[in-house]
Amino acid sequence: MENLIALLIAAPLLGAAVLLCGGRRFDRVGHLLGTALAATSFVIGAALFANMLTKSVDDRALHQKLFNWIDVGGFQADIAFQLDQLSITFVLLISGVGTLIHVYSIGYMEHDERRRRFFGYLNLFLAAMLLLVLADNYLLLYFGWEGVGLASYLLIGFWQHKPSAATAAKKAFLVNRVGDIGLSIAIMLMFTTFGTFAFGPVLGSVGETSEGMLTAIGLMLLLAACGKSAQVPLQSWLGDAMEGPTPVSALIHAATMVTAGVYLIVRSGAIFNAAPDAQLVVVIVGAVTLMFGAIVGCAKDDIKKALAGSTMSQIGYMILAAGLGPIGYVFAIMHLVTHGFFKAGLFLGAGSVMHGMNDEVDMRKYGGLRKYMPVTFVTFGLGYLAIIGFPGLSGFFSKDMIIEAAFAKGGTEGWILGSITLLGAAITAFYMTRVMLMTFFGEKRWQPDAEGHLPHPHESPKSMTIPMIILAFGSVFAGGFFSIGDRFLNWLEPVTGWDHGHAPISATTVTAATVVALLLGVSIAWVMYGRKARPVPVVAPRGSVLTRAARRDLLQDDFNHVVLVRGGEHLTRSLVYVDHTLVDGVVNGTAASVGGLSGRLRKLQNGYARSYAVSMFGGTAVLIAATLLMRAV
Amino acid sequence: MSPVNYLYLAALLFTIGATGVLLRRNAIVVFMCIELMLNACNLALVAFSRMHGNLDGQIIAFFTMVVAAAEVVVGLAIIVSLFRSRHSASVDDASLMKL
Repeated sequence: MENLIALLIAAPLLGAAVLLCGGRRFDRVGHLLGTALAATSFVIGAALFANMLTKSVDDRALHQKLFNWIDVGGFQADIAFQLDQLSITFVLLISGVGTLIHVYSIGYMEHDERRRRFFGYLNLFLAAMLLLVLADNYLLLYFGWEGVGLASYLLIGFWQHKPSAATAAKKAFLVNRVGDIGLSIAIMLMFTTFGTFAFGPVLGSVGETSEGMLTAIGLMLLLAACGKSAQVPLQSWLGDAMEGPTPVSALIHAATMVTAGVYLIVRSGAIFNAAPDAQLVVVIVGAVTLMFGAIVGCAKDDIKKALAGSTMSQIGYMILAAGLGPIGYVFAIMHLVTHGFFKAGLFLGAGSVMHGMNDEVDMRKYGGLRKYMPVTFVTFGLGYLAIIGFPGLSGFFSKDMIIEAAFAKGGTEGWILGSITLLGAAITAFYMTRVMLMTFFGEKRWQPDAEGHLPHPHESPKSMTIPMIILAFGSVFAGGFFSIGDRFLNWLEPVTGWDHGHAPISATTVTAATVVALLLGVSIAWVMYGRKARPVPVVAPRGSVLTRAARRDLLQDDFNHVVLVRGGEHLTRSLVYVDHTLVDGVVNGTAASVGGLSGRLRKLQNGYARSYAVSMFGGTAVLIAATLLMRAV
Repeated sequence: MSPVNYLYLAALLFTIGATGVLLRRNAIVVFMCIELMLNACNLALVAFSRMHGNLDGQIIAFFTMVVAAAEVVVGLAIIVSLFRSRHSASVDDASLMKL
């Protein structure tokens, strides 16, 4: 079975190689080949999963060492894979959702002449993401980490003829680079501390290491997670990343890649467990992002950007849960999986709506679409119910678990975190209800596009609706399936560990509070956007200060501009000044003094042969005199 | 006669030659003064050869003569072509080799 692990990655990698290097002859079959190879990966993953189920808990983990990558003195790096319960969960999510989105893209990208290239990039992403979760050491994980960054860059900028897309791709790449520096520093620290970066030895010898070093490693890992998972302060790229084609937003910027940070933190759980300070920072980052994303999501009129805010906020939940330590690891991953289902489904639904509405993204120009796109409406609606945590659906179970875990942290911290997660749940219900009402209910507010055609919304083709239906199915049942009999907990506990914590209030109370928060959010949204008496204006009203700030992503770009761009400019300017005055001063001063000296010396070269002869005679006389003098002494 | 006297003569000739090189402007005269210096050296070499009783000095004197002959050929050719182009044989007139 071990040999199959490499095949998991090899299948999409082959697809990427063929589609990207094969040229136009694959134009006609490129999308089918890409989809088939993604499906192959999923089938292999399913086979490995089935095999894992048959084994006892203790020897479920598989290892495969392909070859020795780098072997220099004490520096050993292997291409080696590790497949345990945590990895296989990700493998199934990535390849499963990935395959569905490949299928969806066949329809969505049908009229794009660069469709083959698109599928090549998607396959490249799958290969890199699988490498990330299957690696058995941090260096190989870093390889996959950079690979998904590359694929994300290529896909955000897929419509590179649009300057906004090209800029967004660059922005995502640059912001991710800041996080990647964190990961590389963490790996270097690991190597100097532990002498290796394989998961087993590093996480196993945490006990013999000083807490300060572990805190440093943990904070660097958190920086990496912030970059990849769009957490404050490195969150600014995710909203702009929505410039990419919608399937990309669904796969990379909602379901899989942006959750890599959560994977990293959960995988490095042993380090964080031993470094409470780093853990506290993780929790704070998660809580801040949770609120940040939710507030941004409330104000956006662009359907994809509203969903992007929501993604940020939901990943904030996961990071928060991961920061709670063993109390929360399992639930972070569980929310990650259910979120993968419903958020991918929501994005695909948004794509389907855009497909029917001449690529309009402004929800103020939607309205009343439920009659025209019934399948999209139902699947999007189920995803919506799942994300707000409607009792019985996926999000209800996974989010409720995180809220309970937040309370179970204990003490004042537990109360603060619990309240924030509850408030976040209410805001989630508000902005998602807003999206739902503005898109599918109310009056038609359709506007003619640039050529003056009114949109004729229609249901999308089967290749697009079937993945949406399957994802909606997952959004409805996954949470219940995982929670009944604590299946998910028992599955992951051997890898991540689990701790009850000390809940100050009973689980039932928390659940009741969650439902109250949910109802509160939904009713406020209904009052504001749902009533016939108060139709949604087509042009956005000015809004309060907070609304206007939230429309500008809570001034994140302004902050970056003022602090980083201006600051950077000032820094470079002062460096240029130092360069001009100090460095150039020394260099030019040396040159000027040498020049002045030589200007005087060249007067000796007067061209008169007799004067040279005098120099020669004089020099000879001096030499002879010196020689004689030395003899005499 | 003591060979030291030859050395005195050689020093005298060399000094006359050097003075001529430094003080005279006419290229031909400067040239002749250089020859004078060379021959002063030859004389000194031969005198030393005699004083020390080996032939090395004399052999070097022959070499010097051969080189001097070659040098005369080249030097005179330069002086003649210089005179043709400038109608003067003054060494101070040929002072273009400067910055």
